Amino acid sequence: MKEEIKLMKGNEAIAHAAIRYGVDGYFGYPITPQSEVLETLEELMPWETTGMVVLQAESEVAAINMVYGGASTGKAVMTSSSSPGVSLMQEGMSYIAAGELPALVVNVMRGGPGLGTIQPSQSDYFQATKGGGHGDYHFIVLAPSTVQEMADFVGLGFDLAFKYRTPAMILADGIVGQMMEKVVLPEPRPRRTDREIAEQCPWAVTGRPATRKPNVLTTLELDSAKMELNNIRYQQTYRTIEENEVRYQEYYTDDADYIFVAFGSIARICLKAIEDARAAGMKVGLIRPITLWPFPTKAIADYSQRVKGMMVVELNAGQMVEDVRLAVNGNIPVYHYGRMGGIVPNPQEALDALLKHFPDAAQ
Amino acid sequence: MKPEDIKRSENKVYSKPELLNDTPMHYCPGCSHGVVHKLVSEVLKEMGMEHKSIGVAPVGCAVFAYSYIDIDWIEAAHGRAPAVATGAKRLNPDRLVFTYQGDGDLAAIGTAETIHAANRAENIAIIFINNAIYGMTGGQMAPTTLEGQKTATTPYGRRVDLNGYPLKISNLLAQLDGTCYVTRQAVHTPAAVRKAKSAIRQAFENSMAGRGTSVVEIVSTCNSGWKMSPAKANEWMVENMFPQYPLGDIKNIIKE
Amino acid sequence: MAKIIGAVEINQERCKGCNLCVVACPTDVLGLQPKEVNNRGYHFAYTAQPDKCIGCASCALVCPDACIEVYRVIEK
Repeated sequence: MKEEIKLMKGNEAIAHAAIRYGVDGYFGYPITPQSEVLETLEELMPWETTGMVVLQAESEVAAINMVYGGASTGKAVMTSSSSPGVSLMQEGMSYIAAGELPALVVNVMRGGPGLGTIQPSQSDYFQATKGGGHGDYHFIVLAPSTVQEMADFVGLGFDLAFKYRTPAMILADGIVGQMMEKVVLPEPRPRRTDREIAEQCPWAVTGRPATRKPNVLTTLELDSAKMELNNIRYQQTYRTIEENEVRYQEYYTDDADYIFVAFGSIARICLKAIEDARAAGMKVGLIRPITLWPFPTKAIADYSQRVKGMMVVELNAGQMVEDVRLAVNGNIPVYHYGRMGGIVPNPQEALDALLKHFPDAAQ
Repeated sequence: MKPEDIKRSENKVYSKPELLNDTPMHYCPGCSHGVVHKLVSEVLKEMGMEHKSIGVAPVGCAVFAYSYIDIDWIEAAHGRAPAVATGAKRLNPDRLVFTYQGDGDLAAIGTAETIHAANRAENIAIIFINNAIYGMTGGQMAPTTLEGQKTATTPYGRRVDLNGYPLKISNLLAQLDGTCYVTRQAVHTPAAVRKAKSAIRQAFENSMAGRGTSVVEIVSTCNSGWKMSPAKANEWMVENMFPQYPLGDIKNIIKE
Repeated sequence: MAKIIGAVEINQERCKGCNLCVVACPTDVLGLQPKEVNNRGYHFAYTAQPDKCIGCASCALVCPDACIEVYRVIEK
């Protein structure tokens, strides 16, 4: 195996990328529209090749706690689910964040609230970027818009998670999970050895060797003064991540008067809208946040000094738009266009929404 | 012979287990947890596994078990210890992974995790402290609370028409093909302590031999929650708990 | 005839005065200090009748706080 070009679904790409990255364990529970991750892993049987553990848990609650247990031992461990399942995981995700554990959670979003629909959505933006569970914490949130990024963000997610000892999330939508595209799968690399883990993760719960004191992975601290210090440490990590790991992509923004802000698959729809608009002579561009947390606040703030307005398009009732407005801080008008319940807007709808609020864009 | 002549190291027949550190335990006076902590410490040392063990602590009174036994620990969320242990053990099959859980943790909020870990025959050992009450939160009803037993949330006694029946979860776990050893022990007398210790040893050996899940239930006292003296609590346990939770092996595939 | 004699050493500061050792002792060696308390305010266990100790370790086995060391010799 080396670098390979394949045609596959985004969910399948996650599974292939996980094996090739040298992930140690995957624990999951079936839920549409992401079940192909677990199905693909079971079909590929990586335990026969890389030694990767794959297990179907009895629930998302159990799955995320298996991730917590495995990650506590310094292993690269992940899970995937979709919106209702990720809601069930919130308790464990709070523990993983508090335990400062590197781990990867994939959420292939579907429409909610409640049992909702199996059709795509982006309505878990708040849950993903603001914490989701109890307490002040963040996951690093990566939003792929292509099958290629589904594959690439497995490695990126783990790299960032281990670099900062903070869990990462791939926040995809059902479109990216289900659609098939060409993908270049990365060259396989070996799983880390126990010795490498002991060296790289001195905090790991591996069974205390005689040479060190016991490692205890706990999130409990009843002394409030110490618990506040723990919180301050988490926040310091988050500030460092905000300084160093913001990722976004700009399209046609150099001369733009108006820009779309969109993430995931909707960014692609906006891009098509922009191409149509450009063909009609309109100066419209796009910013696509790749990290939803940390959010590209500064970049958007800078654009708010240069453009006349921003149009945020999302598969929800208006979530990321709040972060855009915070970044813009009243400099220019910011509007939102959203579809919900699994409905995906077409490029014309997105452009119409922009022209409705910014009619002079057409001039 | 003078006492100082007797108290020589060569005459020592019992001392604090090496793995149990000097931190004073937070448990109430007379609490069974302390005895079971000693047994776990002794067995790990005697098996030579102190450097290859991962304990999973629960939410409940034993939440601070990691403060007392000098091995590596993971503190799990309430009820999730068997899932956490599953993750740790699957990824580290050469390690001895055990959970230490109370009745609320194991038999109420964590029932699903417990049953499914056992049903998958995870090679873990589960130490299960059943004292029929929620000790840590101040003496509320547990799934194992006896009929008629007064607790903070059953102030007039547990009524089965309202609260259901005392849950004999070990009997339930013994029904699963994934368990190799399910036993119910106590630590109220020296003889019981010795038997409980060999049960814990058996459970730990099973997990390293890959025989499946072992469950050692320790029928225990919570004298604070029960509002009795420790000695009186032991008597009450013998009188009231043992008829509902009789001691002895419920399942042992090695002997069958 | 050989005689077994024992002795116990009680870590008085670790002791919480739960009395379980006193109950477990078959030869009534132990008692709780009726008035004196340790630094944590417990009436700790002590050897009221040390001569009676047979070093059986019953007290130590049931002690939840691992406060008791036991010694035993066979006197010929």
